[in-house]
Amino acid sequence: MLTIKNLHANINGKEILKGINLSVRAGEVHAIMGPNGSGKSTLSAVLAGNPVFTVTDGEVEFNDKNLLELSPEDRSREGVFLSFQYPVEIPGVSMVNFMRAAINEHRKYKNMEPISATDFLKLMREKREVVELDNKLASRSVNEGFSGGEKKRNEIFQMAMLEPHLAILDETDSGLDIDALRIVANGVNKLKSEHNATIVITHYQRLLDYIKPDFVHVLYKGKIVKSAGPELALELEEKGYDWIKKELGE
Amino acid sequence: MNTEQTYTELFHQTKEMINSHSAEMLNALRDKAIADFARNGFPAKDAEEYKYTDIPALFAPEYGMNLNRLNIPVNPYEVFHCDVPNLSTSLYFLVNDSFVSQLNARRLPDGVFAGSLKDFCDEQPEVAAKYYGKLAKTEKDGVVAFNTAFAQDGFVLYVPKGVVIEKPVQLVNILRGDVDWMANRRLLIIVEENAQAKLLSCDHTMDANINFLATQVTEIFVGENALFDFYELEENELNTKRIASTFVDQQAGSNVMVNGITLNNGLTRNNYFVTLNGPHCESHLCGMAIVDKQQRVDNHTFIDHAAPHCMSNELFKYVLNDQSVGAFSGRILVREGSQKTEAYQTNRNICATREAKMYTKPQLEIYADDVKCSHGATVGQLDENALFYMRARGIDEKEARMLLMFAFMSDVIENIRLDALKDRLKVLVEKRFRHELNKCTSCNICN
Repeated sequence: MLTIKNLHANINGKEILKGINLSVRAGEVHAIMGPNGSGKSTLSAVLAGNPVFTVTDGEVEFNDKNLLELSPEDRSREGVFLSFQYPVEIPGVSMVNFMRAAINEHRKYKNMEPISATDFLKLMREKREVVELDNKLASRSVNEGFSGGEKKRNEIFQMAMLEPHLAILDETDSGLDIDALRIVANGVNKLKSEHNATIVITHYQRLLDYIKPDFVHVLYKGKIVKSAGPELALELEEKGYDWIKKELGE
Repeated sequence: MNTEQTYTELFHQTKEMINSHSAEMLNALRDKAIADFARNGFPAKDAEEYKYTDIPALFAPEYGMNLNRLNIPVNPYEVFHCDVPNLSTSLYFLVNDSFVSQLNARRLPDGVFAGSLKDFCDEQPEVAAKYYGKLAKTEKDGVVAFNTAFAQDGFVLYVPKGVVIEKPVQLVNILRGDVDWMANRRLLIIVEENAQAKLLSCDHTMDANINFLATQVTEIFVGENALFDFYELEENELNTKRIASTFVDQQAGSNVMVNGITLNNGLTRNNYFVTLNGPHCESHLCGMAIVDKQQRVDNHTFIDHAAPHCMSNELFKYVLNDQSVGAFSGRILVREGSQKTEAYQTNRNICATREAKMYTKPQLEIYADDVKCSHGATVGQLDENALFYMRARGIDEKEARMLLMFAFMSDVIENIRLDALKDRLKVLVEKRFRHELNKCTSCNICN
């Protein structure tokens, strides 16, 4: 589904990603861990097409398409979803209008008619339940005045609405208390299938107690320095990232 | 001869004609007005208050004026479809500066007068004398003096004590001409104590290729515990220049909303002077401008807290595209003794291109020590993070920009206390941002 080869990217001339290689197949869950500043969030932003980053080298293939050539909106329509570490507040744009615009743009891309008002409301109701998102929040402006936990739940709600092939969860656990974490993780698990894949980016192991990864990668200084099964996460939790640094001879 | 001399000369040559087609009350003020005008002239471009609008340059070209009150062959009811239909209003028309006698007005409550200023002066001279020209001082502003000297008619809304007009009244100002044309109109609004009314005034240009210059002087008197809303919706053409001065006098316990909406224009200069003359007044002054191409909008506001325990709230927002230019200056004066004043001012602007320019100047002068005042002015671009967030959900960049610009204006729209206008404005603003709003939505000449 997703093949990343030798990906290099920088921001304002500062190189952050220094040759990432990663392959993700349908049905898999990959966890990307690493210390602060290793490039985890940059990787997710580059995959989603954030224009502040410049790709200088490498390839990304997504469902036989060259992902790097697509605009952020087309990446979304092709089925890439990024759950933001810091969801953006958009005062004045209601969740309903925002979601309807997104759904209809996705449908237009697939040559489908705009969704009917009734179907849309039904869909909203159905998907809200996945993350137990309050109806009141759905009628407010996008993320405006939402608590940290509500914002993250809102991200997973949007994911449920858009049904992506590849979901990238960027530090979805940060700022969540244990109950919110469970709700968000349950939401992600409910949406998992053999047709889609998930990349979980996290600093800590605790989210992986709820979302079980098939593979764990350690990102360090812009490169994946170690890949293994789920046991790697536990090892990291126990020994910290210094252990990796030592292993790399630093 | 300079421009001022030309107009002063014109006045003296045509004075009798002007007077013969107007009312005594209006005529009585002309001599002083033209003397003030001859002495002070138009506000100069180097005057601080007119830094961004070159008034003398606007008056320099030659314009026709309908001083002899020839009938303009236009039936507004036939050619005009307002952008704010279904408002269930009593609808009135001014074509240039002439009142069009009413064809099918709705009945208003007893005692209410809505119609021609000239007729009102003839019918109710005592009331007219009490109010006309009392706020708009000719010695203070050259354009006000000019307007007072030349204006022959206009519109009056008079709501006597305790009368409530449930449905909004609508005035449509149409600019129509075959050569470059000037209109000088007056609005006089009197809402006496415990009375309530809402007025929507819309500006439309019918001839896109004609250079129009419209001056408007509006005097609004709001009595004790009265409520008045004044919405102005400008949908003019690129060749139209509008210079408007609105004066509001609020008495104790009154509640006023003034909202100036510039959807399409050429050049606009709006002056607002609001004086809170008694305690417990509530005053809302809002404005919105969506401009592009070479359009210019300059709003100049002054709120005078002359009494204690009043609240004023000022909110102006601009979205500027292409090479358009915006200016806002907001002065708030809290006088000595005006304790417990609450005065809030916000001016937020988006320059959507590098070429668009915005000048903003908040000014607070506070001479009382127990007050709550705030002001904020920002000029910025659309939030790039929000744009990316929307695009990451599959929303087209253009659409995302539109949604953000619309959202930016939403609080000015939400402030409107007239549901039909609020709903309609949402549609109009969206259309405007999509470049789908043109004169064909408001007139059926070209349909």
